[in-house]
Amino acid sequence: MTITSDPVATPQVIPIQRTRGDRIFRGVLIAGGLVAFLVLAGIFGYLAKSATPVLQAFGYHFFTDSSWYSGDGLLPSEGSVDPPTFGMLPMIWGSVLIASISVGIALPLGVGIALAIVYLLPKRSVFGFTLFIDLVAAIPSIVFGLWGFFVLMPHGVLWARWLNENLAAIPIFRVEFPAYDQSPFMAGLVLAIMITPIVAVVSRQIFSQVPPDLINAAQALGGSRWTVIRDVVIPFSKSGIIGGAMLGLGRALGETIAVFFVLQMFFDEVNWYRILESSGGSVASLIISKFGEASPLEISALFAAGLALFVVTLLANAGAVALVNSSKGKK
Amino acid sequence: MTETLVRDSLENGLVHLEAKDINVWFSSKHVIENISLQFPENSVTALIGPSGCGKSTFIRTLNRMHELIPGAQLSGEVLFNGNNIYGPAVDPISVRLGIGMVFQKPNPFPTMTIRENVLSGLKLSGRRARDEDSIVESCLTRSSLWTEVRDRLDSSAGALSGGQQQRLCIARSLALNPEVLLMDEPCSALDPSSTRRIEATIRELSESMTIVIVTHNMQQAQRVSDQTAFFLAEENQPGFVVEFGPTDSLFSAPNDPRTEDYVNGRFG
Repeated sequence: MTITSDPVATPQVIPIQRTRGDRIFRGVLIAGGLVAFLVLAGIFGYLAKSATPVLQAFGYHFFTDSSWYSGDGLLPSEGSVDPPTFGMLPMIWGSVLIASISVGIALPLGVGIALAIVYLLPKRSVFGFTLFIDLVAAIPSIVFGLWGFFVLMPHGVLWARWLNENLAAIPIFRVEFPAYDQSPFMAGLVLAIMITPIVAVVSRQIFSQVPPDLINAAQALGGSRWTVIRDVVIPFSKSGIIGGAMLGLGRALGETIAVFFVLQMFFDEVNWYRILESSGGSVASLIISKFGEASPLEISALFAAGLALFVVTLLANAGAVALVNSSKGKK
Repeated sequence: MTETLVRDSLENGLVHLEAKDINVWFSSKHVIENISLQFPENSVTALIGPSGCGKSTFIRTLNRMHELIPGAQLSGEVLFNGNNIYGPAVDPISVRLGIGMVFQKPNPFPTMTIRENVLSGLKLSGRRARDEDSIVESCLTRSSLWTEVRDRLDSSAGALSGGQQQRLCIARSLALNPEVLLMDEPCSALDPSSTRRIEATIRELSESMTIVIVTHNMQQAQRVSDQTAFFLAEENQPGFVVEFGPTDSLFSAPNDPRTEDYVNGRFG
């Protein structure tokens, strides 16, 4: 027997012979991925192009000033006698504030509902409960807006007053004018009810994937229902719960019509934290409320507002991805 | 005849744990019939028998893990230090703290570090420990894992090998200072050298605690146990104990022909 071998082995690329079906499938997947990316890039490009006139005229002040005055729709350089001013900081901050309030309410609520469905409720009632949650998730947002305005707000005002009168030691519950209606809190509440089903549906999926092995082990170590959930189920599900909250946050940030009904928009000053005050902002609602009578310059300003919302949403998602990755790194 | 053998084995020590007339049902299916076994203090008892004869189900009745399966029902008593753990005023969680359990598949908590895994039982049961570092060291030492992980206590438990993970699970149970340790086929997912290490750990632990181990490996039963119970179930019939006695005599001179066939590898 003779063994002939190259004395010095060199690394070699292993040739891959792809079948025809493989190549087609690969092409379809790559094309699909590219289309999604191109659509996103196209939207961004169009927004940026349409926003250019107003961004050239106002520069960064568009994002940092507090004012929204339509004027005669002309720039001073075009001979304006009543120049408009556009600064949308109260709207950007208002969107973030409202979305944060809604996620702050919907996250514990949705996670609680999911825990109840997976671990507490008798198996028989789970189907009905799940169906109900899915149905709530499918209600159109205008219905939430109308319901929020006519049904929720009269009650919400009472809750807001209670919070203000009893918890005014906490700065966020202070008000200057005790009207309490159409506040960021009210908008956050309506949005919370809208996004709770999303958080609940995603969390339920995640919780049902916790290996029974781990739950068994925790019970054998003397865990109670509560400590097993706290120390094993929640840590295991953390990244999925964050994902669900982000889906909800995305919807809350972009919600237009429901917020439009229950929020008093105030353009001249940022309401930084007084969530019970009848003064707030929302980029999406700004766009719908101004679009009908806007001059070409104002239209450009509204596109710029859309661009800002786009960027805020991207940042929120990037933050979520970073959060998920950091919690994975701990494992 | 079984009874005399049991008596012999009991002469060595006090009965620490005792199952009396245990019957188990899942919904209406009767899966275990009239099992009575005695576990003397600091003894190792092996439960052997073919698959599906109720060994794992039985061992779960000994620390009230059985009732966590939907549809699980039971009759009979389990006496732990003379008290029925199924008594009306008994908190199942306190039972599980005194009678620990190690599972077939190593199942350390993947979101916790090695150190956190060892201390997890204290956290789950809401107990405070005065000196956590010494608990971690002593439990890992007793499960013979300390020298391998002492430098990476704060890294994830998921990076350990299967055998190491199982020893971590043993350490995790030991942190609660149980008097009895139940092991449900602890080596079935492990390679031979990991199995030997776990067996050595079992022998060391049995100096200070009572151990009940389910195993499919008859050599293992002979190597680690003082007494053995042979379980059997006819098709669609509940499982029962054919023979129970000191391991030596059960393997060398079984009383029942079915035991003889099984320990000599003629079926199962």
